[in-house]
Order: sequence, then C-alpha cells, then structure tokens
Amino acid sequence: MIESILSVNNMVTAFKTSDGLLPAVRGASFSVKKGETLCIVGESGCGKSITALSIMGLLPSNGKVTEGSVMFENKDLLTLKKEDMRSLRGNEISMIFQEPMTALNPVFTVGYQIREPLMIHHRLSKREAHQKGIELLKRVGIPSPASRMNQYPHELSGGMRQRVMIAIALSCNPKLLVADEPTTALDVTIQAQIIDLLNDLKRDFEMSLIMITHDMGVVAEIADRVIVMYAGEIIENGTVSEIFNSPQHPYTRGLLSSVPNVDDPDFHLNPIAGSLPLLNEKISGCRFHPRCPHAMEKCKAVSPVTFEATPTHSARCWLMEDEEVRQHGGQRAGTL
Amino acid sequence: MADSAQVLYSVKGVKKYYPVKGGILRRVKNHVKAVDGISVDILKGETLGVVGESGCGKSTLGRTILGLEQLTEGNLVYNGTNISGYSKKELKPFKKEMQMIFQDPYASLNPKQTVGEALEEVFIIHTDLRGNERREKVIRLLKEVGLTEEHFDRYPHEFSGGQRQRIGIARAIAINPSFIVCDEPVSALDVSIQAQVIKLLKDLQEKHELTYLFVSHDLGVVRHLCNRVLVMYLGQMVELAPVDRLYENPVHPYTEALLSSIPRPVVGVKRERIRLQGDLPSPTNPPTGCPFHTRCPIAKDHCAVERPKWREIEKGHYIACHER
Ligand SMILES: Nc1ncnc2c1ncn2[C@@H]1O[C@H](COP(=O)(O)OP(=O)(O)O)[C@@H](O)[C@H]1O
Ligand SMILES: Nc1ncnc2c1ncn2[C@@H]1O[C@H](COP(=O)(O)OP(=O)(O)O)[C@@H](O)[C@H]1O
Ligand code: SF4
Ligand SMILES: [Mg+2]
Ligand SMILES: [Mg+2]
Repeated sequence: MIESILSVNNMVTAFKTSDGLLPAVRGASFSVKKGETLCIVGESGCGKSITALSIMGLLPSNGKVTEGSVMFENKDLLTLKKEDMRSLRGNEISMIFQEPMTALNPVFTVGYQIREPLMIHHRLSKREAHQKGIELLKRVGIPSPASRMNQYPHELSGGMRQRVMIAIALSCNPKLLVADEPTTALDVTIQAQIIDLLNDLKRDFEMSLIMITHDMGVVAEIADRVIVMYAGEIIENGTVSEIFNSPQHPYTRGLLSSVPNVDDPDFHLNPIAGSLPLLNEKISGCRFHPRCPHAMEKCKAVSPVTFEATPTHSARCWLMEDEEVRQHGGQRAGTL
Repeated sequence: MADSAQVLYSVKGVKKYYPVKGGILRRVKNHVKAVDGISVDILKGETLGVVGESGCGKSTLGRTILGLEQLTEGNLVYNGTNISGYSKKELKPFKKEMQMIFQDPYASLNPKQTVGEALEEVFIIHTDLRGNERREKVIRLLKEVGLTEEHFDRYPHEFSGGQRQRIGIARAIAINPSFIVCDEPVSALDVSIQAQVIKLLKDLQEKHELTYLFVSHDLGVVRHLCNRVLVMYLGQMVELAPVDRLYENPVHPYTEALLSSIPRPVVGVKRERIRLQGDLPSPTNPPTGCPFHTRCPIAKDHCAVERPKWREIEKGHYIACHER
C-alpha cells in the first residue's frame, strides 16, 4: 500500500462572527497519498478554501481549527510552532491561489520574488538563485525567461502570472502542492495549458497535489481521488471513476447533471432546487435535506453517518443505509 | 442565409474602436480595436451565441448592438429600420424593444432601492400604469422569475447571487421586449444555481417569443441554449454555424482549439487536445493578416499578410481561414 503523505482527521474549523462561533468545516477527514492528486470540489462557500488554509496554517485571524489533527509525515501540523510551520510552508508544502496578483507583490520584479525563497530557504547566493529562477521559469513554460525576471507582475498576462506563481511554489521542491482554483480565472485555452503543466510537474517532481476547483471537467482531467463538499461537510469521497461513474450522494449526482455537457446535443439539464445554505443557517439532520429530491423523515431529523459503497468509496447519505445492508451485511464505515 | 422576413436585427460591418491616449498632451496614440468588423443577421426567436476568450469583444459587441456605444463604423438595422446614427430620442422606442441582462446584476441595482421600487421604476418610465395596478404587475413579474411577493420590499443585498440574477431578468422582461442581450448571465453563479437560471431563460424565451444574443465563454452552456454560434477572436469573426455543426464539425483552427481545450466531465476517455501556444495578442496592435496566425497550428506564410475572407463552406456555416 502506498503511504499517505497527509492525513486530516475529523478537522473542525470555526469562525468568530457576530452570530457567535460558526463552523465552516465540520469534521473533515481525508488523506492524500504520495504522488496522488486529490480534488476538493463543491460550490462556493462550502469550505474548500478554508479546508486548505486550515492545513496550511494560513487561516484568517478570526478562524481557528477547534478539533482534529492534520498529520503530515508523522507531525501534527496543528501543534507546530509558528516558525516551524513557516519553514515547512517554504520547504515541504506550497500553495498557489486563484488570483496570483494577490499572492505576488506588485512592487517587486518577478526575479526578486523568485530569488527570495531560494536564498532564504536554500541558502543560495543571489547569482545562483537568479540562475535557478530562470531555470524554473523556463520549466513552467515561460518564453524568454531571462528577460521576464526583470518584469513586474502587472506586465504579465493572467496565464503568465499563474505560471510565475507555480514556479515560485516549485522552487522549494515541495512534497505537497495545494492549488486553490488556479485555473478558474483563466480562459479555457490557457486553463488547458496550466492543467497540462501541473500534470507534467507532478510527475517530474514526484509531488502530491491537492487541487481545489468547482469545475467537474477539471476534476475529471486531473484527479486520482475526489472529495465532494457541501455546506462544510465532506459528503462523498471516492476515486475519480467512482465519483463520475457511480456517484452515490444526491448532491454529487445533482452537480453532475447541472453542468451542460458540450458533447451532448440533447443534454437534459436537471437543476438542484433551492440555494446554498449560509454559514449561520441552522439545519437539522442531513445538511442537504432541504434541497434533496429523495429526502425522507429520517433525513430531516438525524445527520447521516458515513456509509461505504466500496473500500475506496464512501458517502454520507441515509439512502445508502439499505443498500449497504444488502451489500455489506450492515457494516458501517467509521470515517471517510 | 435565412429569408429576410425572419431577420430581426441585421448587424452590418460593425466596428467599435476605443481611443488610447498617451503622452503629455493626452493625444490619441492608438486604438483598442474591441470590435473589428462584425456582420451577422440575428433571426427572430433564435438564440445566437457569441463565444471567445476574454477581451475578444463580446461585451462590446453586445453594448454596441444595443446602442449603448457610439459606432465607429457600420450599420444596425432593427426590424427593417436603420437605427445607426439615431439620437437618444429617436432611439427611445427601440430601447423598449431591446434589453440587456448583465453578468453582475448587483452592479446595476441601486442598493438603497427595494426590489419592488426598482421594478416599478421601469413601468413609470415606459408605461402609464399607476398605484395598485403597477404593484400587481411587479408582483406578477416577480412570480414569473421564480421569486415571491415577499421579495417586493427587500433590498438587493438581502438576495443571493441567483436571486439577484432573477431580479435582473425580471427588469429586462418587464416591458415585453423582443430582443435581449444576455452578457454572461450565469457566469458568476454556482453550477446548481446556474442550471436554474438557464432553465428560466429558456422558459421565458418560449413563453414570450424572445430573441437572445447570448454572450458567454462557457461552451457547454452555449451548446445547451443556442441555435447558432458566432466565434470571435480579437474583435473579428472567425466562424459562424448552427450549434450542432459547430460542435460536431468545427472548421476554423481556433474553434477547434477552443472546443478541444474544454475539460470534459468524463473519466477514462483520452482526447487529443490541440495546444495553442502563447497568449492572446493585444487588441491595440492586432496581428496583420489573419488575427489568429500568431497562435495557429496550421498557419502558412500568407496568413500573416492577407486577412482571410468570410465565406460560406456549407449552408449557414461560415469561416474566415485561408487553410480550411
Ligand atoms: N474570515 C471569515 N469569517 C467568517 N466566515 C468566513 C471567513 N472566511 C470564510 N468564511 C466562510 O466560510 C465558509 C467557507 O468558505 P470557503 O472555504 O472560502 O469557501 P469555498 O468553498 O468557496 O472556498 C463560507 O461560508 C465563508 O463565508
Ligand atoms: N470602455 C472601454 N475603453 C477602452 N477599452 C475598452 C473599453 N471596453 C472594452 N475595452 C477593451 O476592448 C476589448 C474587448 O473588451 P470586451 O468587449 O469587454 O471583451 P469580452 O467581453 O469578450 O471579454 C478589451 O481589450 C477591452 O480591454
Ligand atoms: S487563416 Fe491561417 S492563421 Fe488564420 S486560422 Fe486559418 S490557417 Fe490559421
Ligand atoms: Mg475558495
Ligand atoms: Mg465580457
């Protein structure tokens, strides 16, 4: 069995708000294996970014992980000192964001921003860092990399900026790259270039990748394993083919039939009714039940436990209870 | 193309250039060629999709067609009347006929006005309905777009993104227009909400016999909603075809690349992807010849020199390419 590089166990992340302490992530458990790409999907506000930021130790000041653990190579990241976490972020885990402009500093050149981490974390001289920087820019497909080093972020296109971000993230040879919607703001032709690049780099650098996206097409292209989030909970977890070919949770099925298929002239759009709940909305039972076409009395009252469809595929939905009794003789999975 | 009887709006050689000023004297140094020669007949009752990457001029085309931008060149013929060059006053009866739905309805709503008031305003400007009658009308409108009477007295910030888009749609259809430019109306919405709004747009079109110009960068949504599709690149037309022909038999190399770039929500099927090199050139200084030649995988020398002609390759299917 391939070992996990990261394992998140029953993690709860809550925010202090004027409505009190509100959980944005409600007991997330999942793991990422060496070399694996895990996609986190779900609609906006479901807790994808907050899950990633909790792992990275980069939560906004009013947010806090209140329960659970985040094990990265036998260390619980939640118990690390600030400076240890910072050095881990510069070395072993890197993150890239949807809008590289927010992560790049507009007043420094690309060269400066790519040299800095190399000089600090890898103790390279300025000249060595410069040389390595050019190599990295070249590796991520930036044409005439030497002259790009002297440019400022605003002088680059969105696609180029994202490549620069990726180059900086790779400069430390991370074991895990966390990418939060890195292609959402890009046009499809540029998105395709970035997806190809990430797939190549993952192989060459032997990294694991956590990719956050709301685009089911992107998931199908890049994921090995998928977790689907809804209103702060992981509601389904499976291999990419299990999620697409035999989705178990009604929300996952709804998501898949809400995206018009480009290849199907007669695609039948079947929207999920209702809207996404707000953080301060109290919902009894299954958090999806107000929108679920199959909701039963039990769903309104009791939060579903996690059921296993296969050893690699699980979901939180009472509909699986009967099926599971049939398939697995009533055995229940503890966590996702 | 189709009989002229069916044409609702004829867009002829339309150009929209924005001046770029520079230097100490703020002289016009150059132009952004946002829309650079678009000709298309929009047919009664159809949904014409306009697709292309950001910055290719889709929104500018939409605004120009609605008379919200001054034409740099070209003619607009609405229902047989050439309205290019019309004054604001002369345009008024036509503006009633044509409406727009925006990507971000919030930006076009007054935060201090209740939704009921905002919708009543449309009737105050365009009709002589009064008091209760007007209120009744607004409530009927709210219901038609899937909202309720209770929403009348609420403010825009109390609505979710999907509900705000419903308000935007209500405002657009309030005075029974014939033609609506929908500018990325679902792009900012989550997929489950997006699907609801697409359904609403479809239902309203059927019920009111609306004609849509549907601007979008989402080729899945366009296939689902449109009858014909116009593909733009750097302000120019590269391909126009009935929707199924475009998706099943794209002929222009740009359309081909665009379609092959879309990630499909299907696992285990390996598709050949046409990789486009580089970025979009600047519309201030578009390439000579074919605008696509700098990124085109099949470009020949003459592509850099001569602008390819717009020609029909099968019934209703047009392209501008030397090599296809
Ligand atoms: N600083 C904050 N204070 C309070 N709530 C927050 C804060 N940041 C995010 N949230 C809320 O947490 C939830 C999850 O957000 P997020 O993880 O960013 O969603 P997404 O899945 O779109 O990435 C949302 O409801 C969001 O409004
Ligand atoms: N008011 C304006 N002034 C100057 N340039 C503009 C203006 N509006 C749009 N542009 C430019 O025109 C081009 C086309 O823009 P737009 O029509 O918004 O494209 P799209 O909707 O396809 O993304 C872009 O280069 C844009 O920067
Ligand atoms: S005209 Fe030439 S450059 Fe333009 S798309 Fe056709 S082959 Fe490519
Ligand atoms: Mg997010
Ligand atoms: Mg636009």
